Amino acid sequence: MDTNLVEMFRAGLNWVTMALDAPSARVVLFGVRIQWHIFVEVLLGFVIVILLSQKSYKPPKRPLTEQEIDELCDEWVPEPLIPPITEDMMHEPPVLESAAGPHTTVNGKDVVNFASANYLGLIGHEKLLESCTSALEKYGVGSCGPRGFYGTIDVHLDCETRISKFLSTPDTILYSYGLSTMFSTIPCFCKKGDIIVADEGVHWGIQNGLQLSRSTIVYFKHNDMDSLRSTLEKIMTKNKRSKNLRRYIVAEAVYQNSGQIAPLDEIVKLKEKYKFRVILDESNSFGVLGRSGRGLAEHHGVPIEKIDVVTAAMGHALATEGGFCTGNARIIDYQRLSSSGYVFSASLPPYLASAAITAIDVIDQNPDLLVKMKQNIALLWKGLKDIKGMSLASDPESPIVFLELEKSSGSTKEDLLLLEKMADRALKEDSLLVVSSKKSFLDKCRLPVGIKLLVSAGHSESDLIKVSESLKRLASELLL
Amino acid sequence: MITIPYLTAVSTYFSYGLLFAFGQLRDYSRRIFDWWSANNLHGYAPICLAHEDFYIRRLYHRIQDCFGRPISSAPDAWVDVVERFSNDNNKTLKRTTKSTRCLNLGSYNYLGFGSYDEYCTPLVIDSLKKFSPSTCSSRVDAGTTSVHAELEECVAKYVGKPAAIVTGMGYATNSAIIPVLIGKGGLIISDSLNHTSIVNGARGSGATIRVFQHNTPAHLERVLKEQIAEGQPRTHRPWKKIMVVVEGIYSMEGEICQLPEIVSICKKYKAYVYLDEAHSIGAIGKTGRGVCELLGVDTADVDIMMGTFTKSFGSCGGYIAGSKDLIQYLKYQCPAHLYATSISTPSAQQIISAVKVILGEDGSNRGAQKLARIRENSNFFRAELQKMGFEVLGDNDSPVMPIMLYNPAKIPAFSRECLRENVAVVVVGFPATPLLLARARICISASHSREDLIKALQVISKAGDLTGIKYFPAAPKKQEEVKDTIKLD
Repeated sequence: MDTNLVEMFRAGLNWVTMALDAPSARVVLFGVRIQWHIFVEVLLGFVIVILLSQKSYKPPKRPLTEQEIDELCDEWVPEPLIPPITEDMMHEPPVLESAAGPHTTVNGKDVVNFASANYLGLIGHEKLLESCTSALEKYGVGSCGPRGFYGTIDVHLDCETRISKFLSTPDTILYSYGLSTMFSTIPCFCKKGDIIVADEGVHWGIQNGLQLSRSTIVYFKHNDMDSLRSTLEKIMTKNKRSKNLRRYIVAEAVYQNSGQIAPLDEIVKLKEKYKFRVILDESNSFGVLGRSGRGLAEHHGVPIEKIDVVTAAMGHALATEGGFCTGNARIIDYQRLSSSGYVFSASLPPYLASAAITAIDVIDQNPDLLVKMKQNIALLWKGLKDIKGMSLASDPESPIVFLELEKSSGSTKEDLLLLEKMADRALKEDSLLVVSSKKSFLDKCRLPVGIKLLVSAGHSESDLIKVSESLKRLASELLL
Repeated sequence: MITIPYLTAVSTYFSYGLLFAFGQLRDYSRRIFDWWSANNLHGYAPICLAHEDFYIRRLYHRIQDCFGRPISSAPDAWVDVVERFSNDNNKTLKRTTKSTRCLNLGSYNYLGFGSYDEYCTPLVIDSLKKFSPSTCSSRVDAGTTSVHAELEECVAKYVGKPAAIVTGMGYATNSAIIPVLIGKGGLIISDSLNHTSIVNGARGSGATIRVFQHNTPAHLERVLKEQIAEGQPRTHRPWKKIMVVVEGIYSMEGEICQLPEIVSICKKYKAYVYLDEAHSIGAIGKTGRGVCELLGVDTADVDIMMGTFTKSFGSCGGYIAGSKDLIQYLKYQCPAHLYATSISTPSAQQIISAVKVILGEDGSNRGAQKLARIRENSNFFRAELQKMGFEVLGDNDSPVMPIMLYNPAKIPAFSRECLRENVAVVVVGFPATPLLLARARICISASHSREDLIKALQVISKAGDLTGIKYFPAAPKKQEEVKDTIKLD
């Protein structure tokens, strides 16, 4: 019975197949026999093509109408441009009435000045004033143009040659503002994708340059070589180097925020091991460190060719304004066209460039200024070593003597107000100008705050004793 | 608007294409040559990738002698340009001790304070002797002298605002102030041709940046409406604040900003206005008070007025003027005020004395004479250049006059030809201007006399004929024949 059914079924199937094959039984197309399933497949193909060409369903877009846009614009209320002014924002700085040398005049009284970075006492030096006066009479004050458009005056070129000769580097480029030196140099060489390892205590100019460069920034603990070594190790294992990836270490020679000195010999060893380039900011060490004032490289006995880029602001030991960057010829030449602070800004006033040349000549001819300054630092350390409530956090050889608060009140704002009160009282009661840390909200540095004393070769021993006594007294009154 | 003739566009593209092709060929052969010599980088990545400084090495170096010309005298109406020579085909240039006296049409010396001035310079030398070139300290520590305090009052009074803050460099003023006022969650709408310092400051602030078409208030309104309705990108939260940044005179176009319309639009949509008067302060307006005075805009409507002292006052530095609260807040937070060395005291004294001369407070009318002279000189020069058939940009009264060159070969040709005739001009090309729109930029000064300008016109006309840049027909009422044959070099 079931074999019958199966046979009937098979016969039916054969009949259907033959019937379908019949029309194309003898057709041969392109050497292939056409069979009935070809038609089914062709039909399916058509269906697929039709489905694909249909537009997919999208919910209809309803852009805002003009009226809705106007309503939104009317309703929108902006924040005020600045937050409301509070009491502590109204603090006025002291107004000087004479040159900012070791002694200056505030409100008619003679005041001892530890707030100017006049490390070698060159403010008020007659040779500087003479060369400035003759430059003013010859060139006027401003240079009236950027370096590319008739703003290059021969004193600029002479200044650049003089700095190169002093530091024994191939070439130098001059900037018109100390703060802009770093934030113009760094974006020139560091682009998106490069890796920069920077110290966490660098000052705002460098931070701004790092931000503008859009590279990957990794911070290491302040002046801690072990932290630097582990950071470099981590980076090198993570990025199996691409050939065009540039790597930099950014550090300051003498940190403005803490007075520490960077151990250049170790940095150079690490740099050579891991193939990084070093960008060093020597603002507070140029003219100060080293036997003849040639900076951190001389201080540590490292040949200066090992540092790739050296920048410095001249508003410190050289008692003038502006900044410079020095290094090998390729680096300096590249900056002359691509550094935005150089190309798009007016050049340094010529009298300040001639002041820089004279200042370097004076440093070259008077090495005893450095000796005197180092003696003053040592004396100040002796006087301040048993101050209560604060501790000396800077390097014993740095001209920035930094007293940090031992016990912080927990909020940086409170600390800053306390230090400001201390500095105000030092001025009012003891006629002393000292620096209390100031922080802008844009500054990302989180180092402890404190009082800074900038030691100069022009300070006398009585000045140093006076400031030690005064600070010890104020610290015991205000900090305990 | 600049309308470049079709034929000129084609020839400019062709020239650049040729230079590019030759540059690539030389790079290729240099690479093959270097492959044989040892590579001394020892595993470091090259500090400048080949394509980054391609433009410098292959195009800029050929015409390097037109830029960065050193001078050995004050940047006055007549200046001593130092001669340079090159032994290696313009790659490096060396100074000689000779110099030629040339008419200076390139320095920003609008009111003639760029050299020894009989009133200003003795006062500056006095202040130098009293205060020294620098205070070596930031403004909040020990860098504020009585001169600085006087300067800020003087600037505020001159500009017409309650208070002002002064920094040592105009470029750094923008970079340091914009991030303080606006941050993430804010919107900056800036003109498409704004200066690099504004662009850098805006980028450093972290705010979102949108651009509106150059000097077109209608487009600004459209952008504002769109942005306020949309809100912040992706989250669509409302913007915290909106700041519109414009310049008084655009230094590459010589155009004056359409300030009244822009201010009224910003008032309607509650955006803050930031005006950068780097080139316009001291140079335009009846008493030199800048674009607000010229166009009749009340200074109270502009929230933040910024400017520099390099151009009209012959000194250095920049300022921001605004309400008392604004300036107090900036003095508390601005990094340039807290960390950077204060402006040099003799430079500050120069600014005070220059402002006194302009306002006539020194007892003479030299200031009024200077202002009248610069206006007359600019209008005369521009009219004459247009009559000769040059394509000159810029509005009337603006002392900045760009003359279009377009073709890259004309840039050095024009510059060298003028220098041969003892006229020093400034030529600008890519990347300061768009690729096709190279130009020569003339800056008129109040210390140019009528004879100087006539000589300059003669020389420029001759150089223009030689290089074929008189794109427009010359005015027919002159008796010279119409220039229908253009000599190409």
